[in-house]
Amino acid sequence: MINRLKQASPAVVDGPLALPDKPNGIHEHERVLVLEAGRAERHYWRDLWTYRELFAILAWRDLAVRYKQTAMGVAWALIRPILSMLVFTVLFNRVAKLPSVGHAPYSVMVFAGMLPWFLFSTILADASISLVNNSNLISKVYFPRLIVPSATILVALADFAITFALLILMMAWYRFFPDWRLIFMPFFLVLAILASLGPALYITALNVKYRDFRYIIPFILQFGLYVSPVGFSSTVVPQKWRLLYSLNPVVGVIDGFRWCLLRGESQFYWPGFFLSIAAVVVWLWLGIWYFRKTERTFADLL
Amino acid sequence: MKSDVVIRAEALGKKYLVGHDVQRERYTTLREVITRKVRRLARMGANGFRATMGRGHEVEEFWALKEIDFEIKRGEVVGIIGRNGAGKSTLLKVLSRITEPSEGRVSIKGRVASLLEVGTGFHPELTGRENIYLNGAILGMARAEIRRKFDEIVAFAEVERFLDTPVKRYSSGMHVRLAFSVAAHLEPEILIVDEVLAVGDAAFQEKCMGKMKGVAKTEGRSILFVSHNMMAIKQLCRRGIWLQSGEIRKTGPIDEVVEAYTVSVHDKLQSGIFSRHAVTGDGRVELVSYSVSNPNSNANLPLTTKEDMLFRINLRVKEDIRQSACGISIFNEFGVLMTSINTVELGTPFPQLAAGDATVCVRIRETVFLPGSYTASFWVMNPQGHIHAMAENSIAFELAQTPLYGTCQVDHQWGCVYSDVEFSVAPTAT
Repeated sequence: MINRLKQASPAVVDGPLALPDKPNGIHEHERVLVLEAGRAERHYWRDLWTYRELFAILAWRDLAVRYKQTAMGVAWALIRPILSMLVFTVLFNRVAKLPSVGHAPYSVMVFAGMLPWFLFSTILADASISLVNNSNLISKVYFPRLIVPSATILVALADFAITFALLILMMAWYRFFPDWRLIFMPFFLVLAILASLGPALYITALNVKYRDFRYIIPFILQFGLYVSPVGFSSTVVPQKWRLLYSLNPVVGVIDGFRWCLLRGESQFYWPGFFLSIAAVVVWLWLGIWYFRKTERTFADLL
Repeated sequence: MKSDVVIRAEALGKKYLVGHDVQRERYTTLREVITRKVRRLARMGANGFRATMGRGHEVEEFWALKEIDFEIKRGEVVGIIGRNGAGKSTLLKVLSRITEPSEGRVSIKGRVASLLEVGTGFHPELTGRENIYLNGAILGMARAEIRRKFDEIVAFAEVERFLDTPVKRYSSGMHVRLAFSVAAHLEPEILIVDEVLAVGDAAFQEKCMGKMKGVAKTEGRSILFVSHNMMAIKQLCRRGIWLQSGEIRKTGPIDEVVEAYTVSVHDKLQSGIFSRHAVTGDGRVELVSYSVSNPNSNANLPLTTKEDMLFRINLRVKEDIRQSACGISIFNEFGVLMTSINTVELGTPFPQLAAGDATVCVRIRETVFLPGSYTASFWVMNPQGHIHAMAENSIAFELAQTPLYGTCQVDHQWGCVYSDVEFSVAPTAT
């Protein structure tokens, strides 16, 4: 096992170094990059911005590969939510006799919850293996590593769009359409992405460090599916547990989606929602912190 | 920093911690960590707290680079040479920001791009066109920049007809050409080239060399070139840095550095003294020393495939041996027996050994072994197979890279032996 002893990091120092003989293409003011042990990374976020094109192209690559490699790409994005929706509706509504929210058809309610859930699980699953899958890049080229797991968001969003189209078809079938609250969906979509990113980054870093961690991820996702209000409404959770239940960041996101998609038929539980948002923020901070902490050793580990 | 210096390394060092309990595994598994923790807890319970302090898992420092100082000026082409494990790759990794130094500092002026391995970041499912954009972005080119140079890149790579074919259907040659072409059209102030020219056909290698020379000369870019191919290094570079065990052994004009390096490799590997306890037998013969050389060349040319190989074994005969025989076995670096032959099987009479010093010469004509590291065993016996002296795997030698199959980077993936092959195709008569 090889580990770096000192955590070192590069930093960029701006220096107006006028060059007397400058060949074409070389700017008059060049930045001098200083690589040194233990130097604080003051320019990480700026670096992230400079590499935005790489982010776009990696995301585009993942998307192109996903839908090129297999005709199954699109089919998978269709089949998975439909089957899950059927199973949940039969299981929780017909068998367990759980109520829907207000007048919304049960399957529509399930579907509205599955939208953010699948976004969450796709980001988590894809991001967690992204670094290992791109190990040849990581060990050969420098760029802020945060780009790689973040780029998986785009693929998840493409799947999200397909699932969303399905939901619209279903709503047309049930003649149950959202009202003005729909305009808040972008907000909840962003919240869903942020809620996914935190745990995803944490797990991604763990996955590089402990290569057998990937066996645990499907379990985490399966577990998450049942503890999150995907197949049922969070209103069935007893009132005294509701606040505790909202510690799960996905709860607030799913409730938000249902609120804006189901004409407010699901009542908003504000204390829980704020708690969920707090959980999202904490996870995001934790994920980024741990990712950044371990990032410097990725090239040595992969 | 002086204005014409683009890279300056000062007392650069890179340390790795090598753990002995987890051998060669760079990543750990959760299972390992948990079992280790549990075991430690158990030990703590049994022996009290002090037991945990003494015997943790041992960690040893390993300096991949130590006290490295150098400067590279604008437009300079510098060759970095050294044996495997000398720290060349680590140095390049530090310079390209993939890993950070543990000591000292490096100042870099301008954009660094590395051409580390062929097709890094190529995606097999994507087409040539898509991969140009992908690879360009990975190497740090802006989209607009790639678009501007697109035609040039394609023309240089000679892949016009296959632009919309997924690269998984490309031949390895096309793959390399495209990869190099993208990187060559990058406009970094500093280009790092690690052994990429080794692949691809001879004509394309020539073309790449020309391109790199031009880039350095007319555009004022600096190139750091790592290769085991001394011919290429000498052709391209003006200055050389020779790394040995993480330290700079010699820097200076490329010819001097390459010369010194070649001599050292030659000296170190191709001759030696048998250590006393490595030799077994009844003691009537003592094996003293050996050398392996290329008998066909008057100069100090390295051993290579298709050339003759001469083993000289110096031995001391304690008492006259009327009937004797000797044999040799050669193994490759994976311990595969390449050849084994002795004089009895050959049917050649072996002269009587008189007491005193003698040298046995074994000549292998037109070696077919591919470049790489080898070891040999040598023994002296009587015709019935009774061993007088035997040195097992004690002769180490190396066959240097030489143009084979139109490339200079033949390794074990090409098999064990060189064969003079010809492919042809003809319609089958029905």
